[in-house]
Amino acid sequence: MANALAPQKQMTFGEGGLALTFAALAALCIVIAAKAYTPEYAFHAYLFTAASVAAVFAIINRYYDRPAERAPLTIDGKPNYNMGPVKFATVIAMFWGIAGFTVGLIIALQLAFPLLNFDLPWISFGRLRPLHTSAVIFAFGGNVLLATSFYVVQRTSRARLAGDLAPWFVVLGYNFFILIAGTGYLLGITQGKEYAEPEWYSDLWLTVVWVTYLLVFLATLWRRTEPHIYVANWFYLAFIVTIAVLHLGNNATVPVSIFSSKSYIVWSGVQDAMVQWWYGHNAVGFFLTAGFLAIMYYFIPKRAERPVYSYRLSIIHFWALIFLYIWAGPHHLHYTALPDWAQTLGMTFSIMLWMPSWGGMINGIMTLSGAWDKLRTDPVLRLMVVSVAFYGMSTFEGPMMSIKIVNSLSHYTDWTIGHVHSGALGWVAYISFGAIYCLVPWLWNRPLYSLKLVNWHFWVSTVGIVLYITAMWVSGILQGLMWRAYTSLGFLEYSFVETVEAMHPFYVIRALGGFLFLCGALIMVWNLWKTVNSAEKAETAGLALAPAE
Amino acid sequence: MSLWQKHAIFEKNSIVLVIGILVVIAIGGLVEIAPLFYLKNTIEKVDGVRPYTPLELAGRNIYVREGCYLCHSQMIRPLRDEVERYGHYSLAAESMYDKPFQWGSKRTGPDLARVGGKYSDDWHRDHLRDPRSVVPGSVMPGYGFLASTELDFQHIADDLKVLRLEGVPYSQDMIDNAVKDVATQATTDAADAADVIKRYPKAQVRDFDGNPGRISEADALIAYLQMLGTQVDFNLYDDKANIR
Repeated sequence: MANALAPQKQMTFGEGGLALTFAALAALCIVIAAKAYTPEYAFHAYLFTAASVAAVFAIINRYYDRPAERAPLTIDGKPNYNMGPVKFATVIAMFWGIAGFTVGLIIALQLAFPLLNFDLPWISFGRLRPLHTSAVIFAFGGNVLLATSFYVVQRTSRARLAGDLAPWFVVLGYNFFILIAGTGYLLGITQGKEYAEPEWYSDLWLTVVWVTYLLVFLATLWRRTEPHIYVANWFYLAFIVTIAVLHLGNNATVPVSIFSSKSYIVWSGVQDAMVQWWYGHNAVGFFLTAGFLAIMYYFIPKRAERPVYSYRLSIIHFWALIFLYIWAGPHHLHYTALPDWAQTLGMTFSIMLWMPSWGGMINGIMTLSGAWDKLRTDPVLRLMVVSVAFYGMSTFEGPMMSIKIVNSLSHYTDWTIGHVHSGALGWVAYISFGAIYCLVPWLWNRPLYSLKLVNWHFWVSTVGIVLYITAMWVSGILQGLMWRAYTSLGFLEYSFVETVEAMHPFYVIRALGGFLFLCGALIMVWNLWKTVNSAEKAETAGLALAPAE
Repeated sequence: MSLWQKHAIFEKNSIVLVIGILVVIAIGGLVEIAPLFYLKNTIEKVDGVRPYTPLELAGRNIYVREGCYLCHSQMIRPLRDEVERYGHYSLAAESMYDKPFQWGSKRTGPDLARVGGKYSDDWHRDHLRDPRSVVPGSVMPGYGFLASTELDFQHIADDLKVLRLEGVPYSQDMIDNAVKDVATQATTDAADAADVIKRYPKAQVRDFDGNPGRISEADALIAYLQMLGTQVDFNLYDDKANIR
């Protein structure tokens, strides 16, 4: 029919180059698998081979199915947004969220009832704990950040996502990293650095994916039709750039051999400790804070239909937050063999960090000025506002715990675990849930199935969080005090194991709290499932993807 | 033109924004990390700290693999109760060859920085197999599979080579004999025991897992645990000497 008019279909440089690269990677990984030192590493090499072959197939298949011309940047003057990768990351974020919360519940139960380790290597606490932390931080949180950043940068730039295959490479490649990291933990492949457990080859792969992510994000900004870069994008950019720097610094390793999964970090002892917590604390600061503040700066104004409270406050918030955060790492090393000057610097900056944190909280919450009544009627907005309140609480608690004298009690105890979870569950997960409750109806162009279920989710999860953090406050402070308790004769009052036994009731309560939080998330999955599969179209077509008529 | 309007430079140019971010985040990291590599008083001057024997290194790698650091710290703080409970506070020098460091961040179980010599090999073997058989209130998982898993040390010399490349003072002699030293150190009354001790002073040479027939992962892990915190002789250590 229109064949005569259609231009000749040609494989692009990107398609051809990427297919060839993956073919070469598949060949390399076959060789590595054949000569691997351990079966666990061979298994990973085969996974890389299978994924590379699948990638070649997918690229060629897509080439045959696609029209000759590239997707237009605009249709009828409106941006032709590319929401496919956003949808994928949103769905898989929920999958990893449920998986991560479930593993969290399992390890909470293992601490209360150690028989549940079953004395099997693959499911013992020491291997499942990194699986839990990585699944919730990097798999759930990471995919939420990918989904929202790709959504927000397009909408606020009024431009189509840059790249053709690149955005898909980012979301699929990132999730392949998660797969390698997670299966590695179960098989005992780990660097032994908290929150940076994946070994050298996973780290290399993530580096490639992350640089591509930065380039896609920047190139989309370059297409923007608005003169100013919106504040949410500053935070996304700080998150992407800083995580790249931290990742490279903390994972400087030399592998034993290309045929071995084992590597040794170039830093050692006290320097390794400092580099690790420079990384570790800023994974909190830039992954779990800056990235999710970007979500706050887009989704709360959007949902409340109010502008951001103060533009000037957001400028101060941004620069002060990223400048101060990077110094805070040494508060994880109080009273250790790290030199005192570094500990004191870490403490000082951690306390100062309270100010920009609360500046950001004020900017988020005060955005509701004139729309407070919506908290009564819109549980999604309530979820997000409560998340900012939790952010305020844990960014007060954090500076307090970084004071050396407080830290001498709290360090090594469950108080730290409770603090992390008030931030992770209350702030990170709640702002994510809020954003996803907004995103799914927008992306699939359907009204949300049930606001009542959102309300149930909110209350069930909130009760869960409160149980969790109060149990950990009590057990942490109790254990810290028991460790330093003396009898009237001047002997230590408790043996170590007596302090462990005292934790049992709180570990059971904590597990109950985690169970409720998981239940809330399952209610959410059901709600989203019904939303996506409903036949009803949303009436607000303005937010929909611009369909080709 | 007010200062606020000057901020438009960052808002209108993504590359300027990226450079701004990089500069701002570089300062804190550089100030806190770089001096640790050149300030002399960062790592104390002490006698006795040596690189791990190949068997201890293999044990340490099992410690890392099983995620022991997630529940056990190896960092005794200079607080009265900790020093009384665990022993002399930890020195930076004691972990100067630790790649990665294993100071830990949580004490679900007790600190292990000076666990070496505190319990017998038999106790460790029973405790790893079934922690509650020796400590009834323990919540530690059982690691019975370590005693029944053959230790894989055929490539251990590669590990030593990489560590030497990264600055750990392993000699060529140590690397050449690495595989042999693993077998020797895990054998009671080994003929070459003196060679191992000459290469690695204070190394403990014996069968650790109670099964002389084979070298298991439990052999390596117990060898590592039994040397933890034993290298520095605190009767001779002078902390004033380190005020430099």
